[in-house]
Amino acid sequence: MNDAKHSRTLTALLLAPAGVFFVFLLVLPLLVMLVYSFGVRAPEGGYQAAFTFDNYLNLPARGKAFTNTLLLAPLATALTVLFAYPMAYFLAVKVSPRWRNAMLVLVVAPFWTSQLLRYYAWMMILGSKGIPSWLEWIGIADVRLLNTPYAVLIGAVYGFLPLMVPPIFVSLEKLDKRLLEASADLGSKPWQSFLQITLPLSLPGVATGSMLVFILLMGDYILPQFLGGGKVYFIGNALVDLFLQSRNWPFGAAVSIALVIIMFVTMYFYMRFVLGKTDQRRVAMV
Amino acid sequence: MSNDTIKPQKFLEELRRYEKGSVTRRHFLGVTGLGLATSVMSAAVPGLQPRKAFAEGLSGTVNFTTWPNYFAQENIDNFTKNTGVKVNVTIFGSNEEMLAKLQAGSTGWDLFVPTNYTISTYKKLDLIEPLDMKLVPNYDASTQDPQFTGPGTIDGTLYAIVKDWGTTGYVVDTRKVKKTPETWKDFFDAAQGELSGKVLVHDYQLTTIGGALKALGHSFNSVDAGEMAAAEKLLLATKPHLFGINSDYQPSMRNGDAVMSMCWTNDGAQLHRDIKEMEYRLGKDGGEIWADHYAIPKGAPNRAAGYALMDYLLTPEINAKEVKSNGAPSSDSRVNAMVPKEMLENPILYPAKELLSKLEFGAAETLTNPVRAEIMARFKAA
Repeated sequence: MNDAKHSRTLTALLLAPAGVFFVFLLVLPLLVMLVYSFGVRAPEGGYQAAFTFDNYLNLPARGKAFTNTLLLAPLATALTVLFAYPMAYFLAVKVSPRWRNAMLVLVVAPFWTSQLLRYYAWMMILGSKGIPSWLEWIGIADVRLLNTPYAVLIGAVYGFLPLMVPPIFVSLEKLDKRLLEASADLGSKPWQSFLQITLPLSLPGVATGSMLVFILLMGDYILPQFLGGGKVYFIGNALVDLFLQSRNWPFGAAVSIALVIIMFVTMYFYMRFVLGKTDQRRVAMV
Repeated sequence: MSNDTIKPQKFLEELRRYEKGSVTRRHFLGVTGLGLATSVMSAAVPGLQPRKAFAEGLSGTVNFTTWPNYFAQENIDNFTKNTGVKVNVTIFGSNEEMLAKLQAGSTGWDLFVPTNYTISTYKKLDLIEPLDMKLVPNYDASTQDPQFTGPGTIDGTLYAIVKDWGTTGYVVDTRKVKKTPETWKDFFDAAQGELSGKVLVHDYQLTTIGGALKALGHSFNSVDAGEMAAAEKLLLATKPHLFGINSDYQPSMRNGDAVMSMCWTNDGAQLHRDIKEMEYRLGKDGGEIWADHYAIPKGAPNRAAGYALMDYLLTPEINAKEVKSNGAPSSDSRVNAMVPKEMLENPILYPAKELLSKLEFGAAETLTNPVRAEIMARFKAA
């Protein structure tokens, strides 16, 4: 009895920091947003109390920002997986353990410089004196990259690769090599073993990495601002403009709430799909 | 500063001399090599930043909020050298953004640089303090060009002092543009026509909507519903042809990605200084004339240092260096007397009278008008 009480207190104490964080930095701000989203813009900008659904009815005015984000964020996430998977595979399977950590550090190294600086560098690389001028040299003239969705996709893959590689790497490194030997013994070709064993077992890593990258991309505004140059507009940019330029906080709050709901729904279906898949595999393997 | 290592004996001697006050702090830091060590380390360890100044009892850090490419680093460094106060410069992209930050509160700013048309709103919202002129001895109202001092004075009280003034026109890379637009109408025609894909407009409601309004023959400051709707239509029709919407347009112009951009005096002067073929033009149909001001936010945490920095930057010799560095002319005749003659004769800085007379000062109404703000946001989101 005393022991049970003791352990309950301990659990409560251990959960307290996370709980306080959760309530004060997530739940309360969300409630403030919800309240604001029914208000009206004060004459000089900001928030004025009211109860109206106008802000929600006005959401189609930012339709393009929503479609841009919902199109480019998943696409960029998928592209990042395509680039990250071979890298992680190479690191986990082909590189000798002696070099593995050093190479992982190299993957994460770009994070040591400011993201803004790296995007400025990409502005130069993708600008007309960069890649387009090399393409012109080999005969492909008039290619425009900077301030197009392609530039945003390239920037996303570059920027988020270091977040995608580690989780995939971890799931591949844990992979029991005996399963592959058994598969070969039973007559599988290497590509069959990869499709039936390596890939399914690394899916949790892919799921974790994708979720991380997808969530960050959905709320990003620096990447589209720098490499999209005001031509590729994300929900994040709409929010920055509404809060900092128009100072229409109630409409900004409504856009935020809409973004949160879209994220929840997307994540719900994504998790169900991915977890469903991996669970089936696990059951099948048992 | 000597690179030789200092002997312990000598270090202690210098320390005693410094403690007794017979040498200055600067001498002590220099001779012992501690100055260099501190400056290297202070960037990483905030506790090592200079706390106490020997001048005027100033200390700590002053938070200075201003625009891109808009101050002489040399002046900032010298202010720190003279007072021991570290200057933390924050760069903003628009007046609207500055207002939003101040409205949200707790900015920690000590000195900032609002543009003429915003000052009355700051005063109305009680966000700036009436200036204590005792703390700005280097300001002399009698040497100011009266054309610019209006917005800073509200009900007879001075709330903001003019930093410099300028105009809003456009910059053209004449190596790549055969026919330079004469008017804002030409600007938008060219943007949709022969210069498609290579033109930038500001990420700023005042000048971008203002430019479109001028192109349609309306006032730069119009808040008339019909005129604004027409301007939105023109902007939306131009959007697919634009290279981008960005107030930091120098990189794209220098890099050759863009060949024409909406442009302020100071950026025009900087671009022309480095690349002769970059020409700054004012629309013959008008445009904006502006004056940026120094102002002190209410509740500035290091108010004394904010005033000290403002006063330092308004000192004629120092202000002349500001003008030479960022290219925007001063409204102070004492400063103009110290600026090189080539600058005073530069038509980018001092446009011809007939062009100037067509220009309009931004109106306070444009800052708070919800429709103008929403048109800009819709234009960007389109």
